[in-house]
Amino acid sequence: MKSKSIIRIEEIVKRYVLGGEHEVLALNGVDVSIPEGEYVAIMGPSGSGKSTMLNILGCLDRPTSGRYFLGEQDVSTMPDDDLSEVRGKRIGFIFQSYNLIAQLTVIENIQVPLFYQGQNLKDSYDRCAELAELVGLGDRLHHRPNQLSGGQQQRVAVARSLANDPLMILADEPTGNLDSKTGIEVLNMIGKLNADGKTIVLVTHDNMVAERAHRVLHMKDGKVDRDFRNPPRESSEAKKVA
Amino acid sequence: MQRSQFISTVHLGVKSLLLHKLRSGLTMLGIIFGVCSVISMLAIGEGASYEAQEAIKKLGSTNIIIRSLKPPDEASDSGGGGNFELNYGLTYEDGARLQSTIPGVVRVLPMRIIRENVRFNVNLIPCQVIGTLPFYPGIVGVDIVKGRFLCDADEKHQQNVCAITTALASRLFPYQAPLDQAVKIAGVYYRVVGLVQELNTPDKRAQTEDPEGETLDNFVYIPISTSRSRFGETIFRGSFPNIEAESVELHEIRVKMASTEFVETAAPQIKNVLNRFHDQGDYEVIVPLQLLRQAEATKRIFNIVLGSIAAISLLVGGIGIMNIMLATVTERTREIGVRRALGAKKQDITTQFLVETVVLSVGGGLIGVLIGVLVPLMVTYLADMKTIVTWWSVAIAFSISGAIGILFGLYPATAAANLDPIDALRHE
Ligand SMILES: Nc1ncnc2c1ncn2[C@@H]1O[C@H](COP(=O)(O)OP(=O)(O)O)[C@@H](O)[C@H]1O
Ligand SMILES: [Mg+2]
Repeated sequence: MKSKSIIRIEEIVKRYVLGGEHEVLALNGVDVSIPEGEYVAIMGPSGSGKSTMLNILGCLDRPTSGRYFLGEQDVSTMPDDDLSEVRGKRIGFIFQSYNLIAQLTVIENIQVPLFYQGQNLKDSYDRCAELAELVGLGDRLHHRPNQLSGGQQQRVAVARSLANDPLMILADEPTGNLDSKTGIEVLNMIGKLNADGKTIVLVTHDNMVAERAHRVLHMKDGKVDRDFRNPPRESSEAKKVA
Repeated sequence: MQRSQFISTVHLGVKSLLLHKLRSGLTMLGIIFGVCSVISMLAIGEGASYEAQEAIKKLGSTNIIIRSLKPPDEASDSGGGGNFELNYGLTYEDGARLQSTIPGVVRVLPMRIIRENVRFNVNLIPCQVIGTLPFYPGIVGVDIVKGRFLCDADEKHQQNVCAITTALASRLFPYQAPLDQAVKIAGVYYRVVGLVQELNTPDKRAQTEDPEGETLDNFVYIPISTSRSRFGETIFRGSFPNIEAESVELHEIRVKMASTEFVETAAPQIKNVLNRFHDQGDYEVIVPLQLLRQAEATKRIFNIVLGSIAAISLLVGGIGIMNIMLATVTERTREIGVRRALGAKKQDITTQFLVETVVLSVGGGLIGVLIGVLVPLMVTYLADMKTIVTWWSVAIAFSISGAIGILFGLYPATAAANLDPIDALRHE
């Protein structure tokens, strides 16, 4: 089962110029390719460039130099509107701080990505209600984020990341704000998504979290210093279940 | 963007605004006051000028009024007392000349106006006795309430008959039916043949100032032929030793023109004709149409001034909206970042924030229109001032409020859209 890579980055550099001569190389020449269906964890000490890398993979940020191919497309030079479209169609995001929209209900939050794809709210309702069901919040459709626990909010975020049926899901420390029990629930959910074929890239500094991935990219000072595969464990179990 | 999507965006805007009810309410207040003041100020201005214009209109926009004036230099001469007879003013000849020389003249109405006491039994009331022709009501604008006005036979035979105003009738005849009663004026009895009501405001008439400050509406109409034969051309006023004798043939001439087009050209022609025989400036020409135009011009200036004051308050309201929207954008930077991450284009963000400001300003506009229509009603009720809410003031106020929403929303909305997605997401 050899699949082609959906992410390929070449010599990506991200440089921040701070006042005066001072500059930071958040990414200092990174080459990575990630095949479709892979579950990748990015690890490394704080400040090593993990978030920067993920943001570039998510087309939220542009590299200072280097090339980024998402599927067949070179997205490193795309205009802003096209990047919006790429994010809206092909990428699902899960953030550390959930980032639900406060004035919207659970179901409306899940509908947001589809809304920007031009689907009206009536048409997307059934599908989004199903997704809420999938993450165990079928009975909370009309609650607002501030009426939910952190774990529940993050599950809404998972459902939201699935709404547009993306190629890959990017998660920046998705369990960082959760206690270990709800963290494991969310990770199980993400594992299940991967078992169903979604490509996952997840930033964490927790070894327990990273162990669930197929592959670990370890970063240091803006570079990937180690790139290794985990021995097949939970992922193979998940496959047996599926 | 599809229609349903636009509706959803409006819905979302309303929702976001409802999240901060107090703040949104206060922000709208500026627009509410602005729109309300535009509408009510214009309504009050419109009402004030309406009454003045109506009064002028009743003088007749096709009429030209010519009045005899006491020449100023001679008036001071007679100040020393003595029986100096003043001879001035319009003549029957003038009337005939105007009728025959001015193009567009339909009729020329002569009037003699003499102040006399009118008596019935013990009631003695100072009045203005107007000698005139039977077609007076058609030109001056008079309602015949009861009986009839003067007729051609009255004129021809110098009958001692009169028509009186209803106001005078109620004072002269508190208990009797006025018709066919005989009233005494300067020693002669006149039979009352009709009750009339002037549509015109009485204070527009010449020489109505009464020393006692009353009787303004007390008019007695008699045939002009009767006036001439009973009172003669020379009129005495005042009491010994300060008797003034005036010889005035006609106190007023009303010229009715065929249409308003003739009116303005006729005024200078009338002066030309009259000046040949009046070198001492003993008459004045009043053109109601010109007064009307002046009143309209005054009204326009009034409206502009009131309107600009109100517009400034709308502007202040708009700045208030912009201020709040800028704060909102800062406060919701994170939300903007999330939306961008989830596929929103810059345009979507612009639209979202623009819709919110327009909802604020149009919502404020609607409430402002409601209050703006109610305030003039209250002013009319409490201060007894006429007010007129015109549809155009509502339309203007409302569309300005909408325009302000767009104008002052544009900057915050584009500022929001131009945030870098990643910067917006990182914002605390
Ligand atoms: N917007 C920015 N401006 C300046 N420096 C930044 C910015 N974002 C990140 N950096 C720097 O880039 C480096 C990598 O940051 P980041 O990718 O957030 O690290 P982490 O691995 O902890 O997620 C850090 O040294 C950080 O200070
Ligand atoms: Mg980070």
